[in-house]
Amino acid sequence: MSSSPVRIASAKDAPSAKEGLLPQAEIIPYPGAHPAAAEMKKRIDFARHVGKLRDAALAVLPTLLMIAALLMVWEMACSGEGSSLPAPSKVWTESREVILHPLKGVEMDGIGIKIQDGGDVGIAGHVLTSLKRVAVGFSLSALFGIGLGILIGQSKFAYRALDPLFQILRTVPPLAWLPLSLAIFQQAQPSAIFLIFITAIWPVILNTAAGVQNIPTTYRNVAKVLALNPLEYFLKIMLPATVPHMFTGLRIGVGMSWLAIVAAEMVQGGTGIGFFIWDSYNSSLLTDTIVALVWIGVIGFALDRIVGWIGRRIARQA
Amino acid sequence: MKHRSYLALEGIGVTFPTANGPFTALRDIDLSIDKGEFVALIGHSGCGKSTLLNIIAGLTRPSRGVVFLDGDVVDKPGTDRAVIFQDHSLLPWLTVEENVRLAVDKTMSGKSRAERREWVMHNLELVQMTHAAGKRPGELSGGMKQRVGIARAIAMSPRVLLMDEPFGALDALTRASLQDAVMAIQAKLNNTVVMITHDVDEAVLLADRVVMMTNGPAATIGEDLAVTLPRPRNRIETADTPDYNHARHEILHFLHQRYSNPVDKAA
Repeated sequence: MSSSPVRIASAKDAPSAKEGLLPQAEIIPYPGAHPAAAEMKKRIDFARHVGKLRDAALAVLPTLLMIAALLMVWEMACSGEGSSLPAPSKVWTESREVILHPLKGVEMDGIGIKIQDGGDVGIAGHVLTSLKRVAVGFSLSALFGIGLGILIGQSKFAYRALDPLFQILRTVPPLAWLPLSLAIFQQAQPSAIFLIFITAIWPVILNTAAGVQNIPTTYRNVAKVLALNPLEYFLKIMLPATVPHMFTGLRIGVGMSWLAIVAAEMVQGGTGIGFFIWDSYNSSLLTDTIVALVWIGVIGFALDRIVGWIGRRIARQA
Repeated sequence: MKHRSYLALEGIGVTFPTANGPFTALRDIDLSIDKGEFVALIGHSGCGKSTLLNIIAGLTRPSRGVVFLDGDVVDKPGTDRAVIFQDHSLLPWLTVEENVRLAVDKTMSGKSRAERREWVMHNLELVQMTHAAGKRPGELSGGMKQRVGIARAIAMSPRVLLMDEPFGALDALTRASLQDAVMAIQAKLNNTVVMITHDVDEAVLLADRVVMMTNGPAATIGEDLAVTLPRPRNRIETADTPDYNHARHEILHFLHQRYSNPVDKAA
C-alpha cells in the first residue's frame, strides 16, 4: 500500500506526528499475523462465547427460578404431618430407587434394546414400552389421517359426507373408546394400539384437509396450464403445499397419542408408563406416581418438539 | 369451409346465474388474431378482460361461443397456451431452475435429460436469470420472479402466450425493464401473444393491435386499433413519434371519454 501513487500525506510531511504530538497507533500489517492481533481475536471470540452462554442462561433462568419457587411452595404446603399430598422431599426419600435407577431391567446390546419381561423394570423401561406402542398407534393414525385428510380436502362430496362424523367423533375422550375397543379386538395389545390410533387421528385428518383446501388457486391454475396429471399434481403441488398443515396435525396428534397412553395401558397391564401409574396408585405409592408424571410430561414435550423439528426441516426442503 | 385466423374467438359470451337472475359479463366477442401477432387487451377493471383470457387459456368455459386455435376447438387448459400470471405463481418450494423444469418436463417429455436441462438454461438466459437458477422464488425480487414466470411460459414453446397483467404488480422502472425484455424476446421468437393491461403506454409500446373493451356488465369489444409503429421499438425514440401519440390519444379518448371508469361515473 505504501507504494500507492495516490498517497498524499506521508510520515515525512507530518513531522508533528513523528515528534509525538499526536498519539501513534501501533500498525498491524494484517489481521492474525501480529501476536497482539491473534490475542485480540481470541479475546473477542471468548467474549462472544460468554455472550452466547449468558443469553442462553438468561433464557432458562426464569424457568429454573419458577420451578424452584414452586418446589418451595409445594414443600412448605405439604410438609405437615397429616398432609395428603407428599412433599418433594418425601418424594425423594420414598421414591429414590425409582428416580435413581430408571434403567433397571433394560439391556442394550448394540442397537437393540431389551426390556426384561415382567418383574422389576425401571421407569425408563416402562417409558420405552409406552413409546413403542405410541410409535405403532401414531404411525397408523398418521398414515390413515393423511390419506383421509387428502380425500376430504380434495372431494367436496367426501367432505360433506365425512366431516360432520369426524367433528363428532373427535370429541370422544380416549377412555370412552376403551370398552368398545376391547369388545372389538378382544385382546389387550391391539385394543391399546387402537386407543392411541383413534385419539391421534382426528387432528391429522382435519389439518391435512384444511391444507389441501387452502392450496392457492394460482397453484391449481399452474397445474392446469401445465396439464399435470393427478399423480404429478399430487407429488409436485399438493404434497409440498400441504406439508406445513400436515405437520401441524401430526404435532397435535403425537401429543394426543401420548395423552391416550395411560388409558391404553390400563387395558394392557404389565408394562408401560400408564400401567406404572395405575400400579403405583393401586399400591398407594403416590410418590412413584409423581415421578411418573414428571417423566410423562418431559417425554411428551420432547415428542412435540421432535415432530415440530421434522416438520420444519421437511417444509424447508419441500 | 370458412377461413379462420390462427386464434379465433367466435361469439363468446359469459353469463353467470345470480340470485337476481342471470348476469351477463361478456357478450358477442369476436376476435381474430394472426400467427405472430401481439395483441393487447385494454379496459377498465371489471370489464371481464381476465375472464376472456381465462377462456382462451381454457381455465374458464364460455356460456356461448367457441375459441379456435389453429383450427382446433379450445375446451380445456393445455401446454400449447402458456399463461404468465400477474402474481408470477412460481412454486415457492422449487428453485428457479426446477420451476422452469416442471414446464419443460411436461412439454418436452420425448427429449433427453441433458437436452431438457439445456433448454431450461437457454430460456433462463433469454430473461437474463441464469445467475439465479439455484435460488428459490422467495429470495428474488418481484421483477426477477416475473422474469422466471416469463421463462417458464416461453420454455413451453406455446402456440399462444397469454399474459394477464404481467407487470401490474411491479414498480415503474422494473416494469420498463421487463417490457424491454419482452420486446427483445418477441423479436427473436415471434410468438402469438395476447396481453391484458391497464397501461396505455405499455399497450402501444408492445402491441401490434390494441383491442379496447367497453365497460361491464355485458362488456364487449369497443374498438380495435392497429399500432403501425416500426420495430424494433425503442421506448424513448418511439414515444416522440406522431404515430405513437396518435395511438395513445385514441386509447385515452376511448377509456376516459367514451367509456370512462364506471366508478367515476357513479360518483
